[in-house]
Amino acid sequence: MASPILMPALSPTMEEGTLARWVKKEGDVVKPGEVIAEIETDKATMEMEAVEEGVLGRILITEGTDHVAVNTPIAVLLEEGEDASAADALDLGPKTEPTAKVEKNIPAPASAPQAPTSTTTDIVEPEWGETAEITVREALRDAMAAEMRRDEDVFLLGEEVAQYQGAYKVSQGLLDEFGDKRVMDMPITEHGFTGMAVGAALSGVKPIVEFMTMNFSLQAVDHIINSAAKTRYMSGGQMSCPIVFRGPNGAAARVGAQHSQCFGSWYAHIPGLKVVAPWSAADAKGLLRAAIRDPNPVVVLENEILYGKKFPCPVDEDFILPIGKAKIEREGKDVTLVAFSIMVGVALEAAELLAEQGIEAEVINLRTLRPLDTETIIKSVKKTSRIVSVEEGWPVAGIGSEICTVAVEQAFDWLDAPPARVCGLDIPLPYAANLEKLALPKPEWIVEAVRKQFGD
Amino acid sequence: MGSMTDAPNRQNGPALSREEMERAYREMLLVRRFEEKAGQLYGMGLIGGFCHLYIGQEAVVAGIGLAMKKGDRSITSYRDHGQMLVAGMTARGVMAELTGRSGGYSHGKGGSMHMFSKEQEFYGGHGIVGAQVAIGTGLALTSAYKNDGAVSIVYFGEGASNQGQVYESFNLAALHKLPCLYVIENNRYGMGTSIERSSASKDLSKNAAPWGIPSRKVDGMDVAAVYQAAKEAMEHCRSGKGPFLLEMETYRYRGHSMSDPAKYRQRSEVDEMRRTRDPIETLKAEMIKHGIDESFFKTVEQDVKATVKDAAEFAETSPEPDASELWTDVLVGE
Repeated sequence: MASPILMPALSPTMEEGTLARWVKKEGDVVKPGEVIAEIETDKATMEMEAVEEGVLGRILITEGTDHVAVNTPIAVLLEEGEDASAADALDLGPKTEPTAKVEKNIPAPASAPQAPTSTTTDIVEPEWGETAEITVREALRDAMAAEMRRDEDVFLLGEEVAQYQGAYKVSQGLLDEFGDKRVMDMPITEHGFTGMAVGAALSGVKPIVEFMTMNFSLQAVDHIINSAAKTRYMSGGQMSCPIVFRGPNGAAARVGAQHSQCFGSWYAHIPGLKVVAPWSAADAKGLLRAAIRDPNPVVVLENEILYGKKFPCPVDEDFILPIGKAKIEREGKDVTLVAFSIMVGVALEAAELLAEQGIEAEVINLRTLRPLDTETIIKSVKKTSRIVSVEEGWPVAGIGSEICTVAVEQAFDWLDAPPARVCGLDIPLPYAANLEKLALPKPEWIVEAVRKQFGD
Repeated sequence: MGSMTDAPNRQNGPALSREEMERAYREMLLVRRFEEKAGQLYGMGLIGGFCHLYIGQEAVVAGIGLAMKKGDRSITSYRDHGQMLVAGMTARGVMAELTGRSGGYSHGKGGSMHMFSKEQEFYGGHGIVGAQVAIGTGLALTSAYKNDGAVSIVYFGEGASNQGQVYESFNLAALHKLPCLYVIENNRYGMGTSIERSSASKDLSKNAAPWGIPSRKVDGMDVAAVYQAAKEAMEHCRSGKGPFLLEMETYRYRGHSMSDPAKYRQRSEVDEMRRTRDPIETLKAEMIKHGIDESFFKTVEQDVKATVKDAAEFAETSPEPDASELWTDVLVGE
């Protein structure tokens, strides 16, 4: 049966092209794979191959013709032995472009897309009762041990996690209890072992990847974003990637620019990831346990300076915290301070200073950066009418930018002053003790930002 | 263990049984005709974006497919349609993903380069060159962790073999004796750059030697040779001895992707390969020698054509994904 040969689309963006040259003549026999014509696109001259066997019956578009639209019939292919007049029976009108149909079917969105919002007030946290003072380091270790006892599929891998007992001693004792199959020392090869861990998670186990510091996760960032975060979506929901990426994040003490960076904003940007940033020992234990149980990839941003700090932590064996729910660490009516990780402590210090000046600050410990608990933030802003975000990371496109935007979008009419950001200085972190100190947020910066909101 | 470059041992009779030859022929022809149809649909604007055809390399997946057992996992790059069909994924589901329709394996959210099948233990379909090598090593880590006896087949091109994570993966797999079969599909060109211009290592089968990973260079245009090598390599992996590397010397007939004019090689080079080394024609000649008659080939051609036609019709008529699909499958449990 005669069939039309159509002008092909030869690149993702091609809509029309030039039929540069016919390589075959009318009456020639063509076989699949043989070049029949040359087509010029905006990028290159391409050879057009025959896909079916037959005889080139009639050429409809002569060579040298410009602006031939994709899907225009350019020739008629006959079966061997078929008469050229068979071409007459064909409908050679331009084909409708399937891409046009695609656009037609897209419904107009009801409203412009907005940043995600959360509903978290219905998350009721149980009273966990009795607490004991433990360090953040112990809390993290206890969280991993508890989850590894609970689930055989959970295991830890990373540099120096086993025999060395952890570069920062977070995994102390785990090798003894669980053995080298479940506490695996890795060579210094973040890209490789992170990709391997993602593959393991996709195929049925639950790895915890420890980065000696989150700075080294940059070596593996492709696997965190492209391999772990996106695969569920790209597979139409078939695959899941239950994995935890954890390690100390942000500035430590005088380790210089390459070892002092906050990745909160980087990872919170990515759909398909969850990101938590604990401050206290209870945060650390409760959030890490939740991260390990979560069926999604979760980034846990710890802090080296906090590792040795002691906090009261519930002793209940089942203690766990919900991901996505912020905590009000101090109630106040005059201004909302929003912070995460080590900056929660700085914000609490600022609240003390402000109280001395007669300003009652409410301090929100975000605990989770993605999904962000916008409900708790907005509820607080509607009460205080002022908001200051506090983070150690850089200002541009930071977590503070997001928080201030959320406040403006959702509580504009309640605001008595422009939202403000307190951030680390917009520079690589210096080594010198005095310079480093000058570069990171301190309570006085917060006090100043708040006073400015009060017109001082 | 060193690299073995000798041909597989065929002294004990034919390399493939009649049944194996028939299966390999059917699978190779299905991949060939499927890809030709995909090229056609791309030309019609029904398939968009990047589309990388497997035509010419069929013997690699067909031969390895013969050696695979149920439960074995596989993973590859973006040139993935052949692997998917041989893994047992349906032509309909794959083609409908290419056209971005709801009937596709990823409901239209993955496309040509990103398709998966939990059921067939196929882990993609990866658009980042070399990423699948580390991920594939992790598939083998799961096997070692769970002691499930499966082998993971990790395909990558000679272009990807220059990525650092490939060697990180070799090291990890060798250290932990993971049941991982690495398969380099050396089709001579990483997009437009020939192997001579991209790799200082002239024998890729030796690239895993420093880690003590045994390897073999194989005629990737000969399905029997591929099968023999894969069988031995997979026995090695399955017996707990760790990873194995196979370098398949193969060739792609089409450009790197649909929009590649392939000016970096002579047309005569492609024609010569097609005429003298075509994997389907080579097997057919061998089968005729073994007395398989013409009616078999005719029937297979008809069956395959019908399957591909049905897949194309399905892919053209399957509805586009509903707008609500935008928000599903971002996270588990939401």
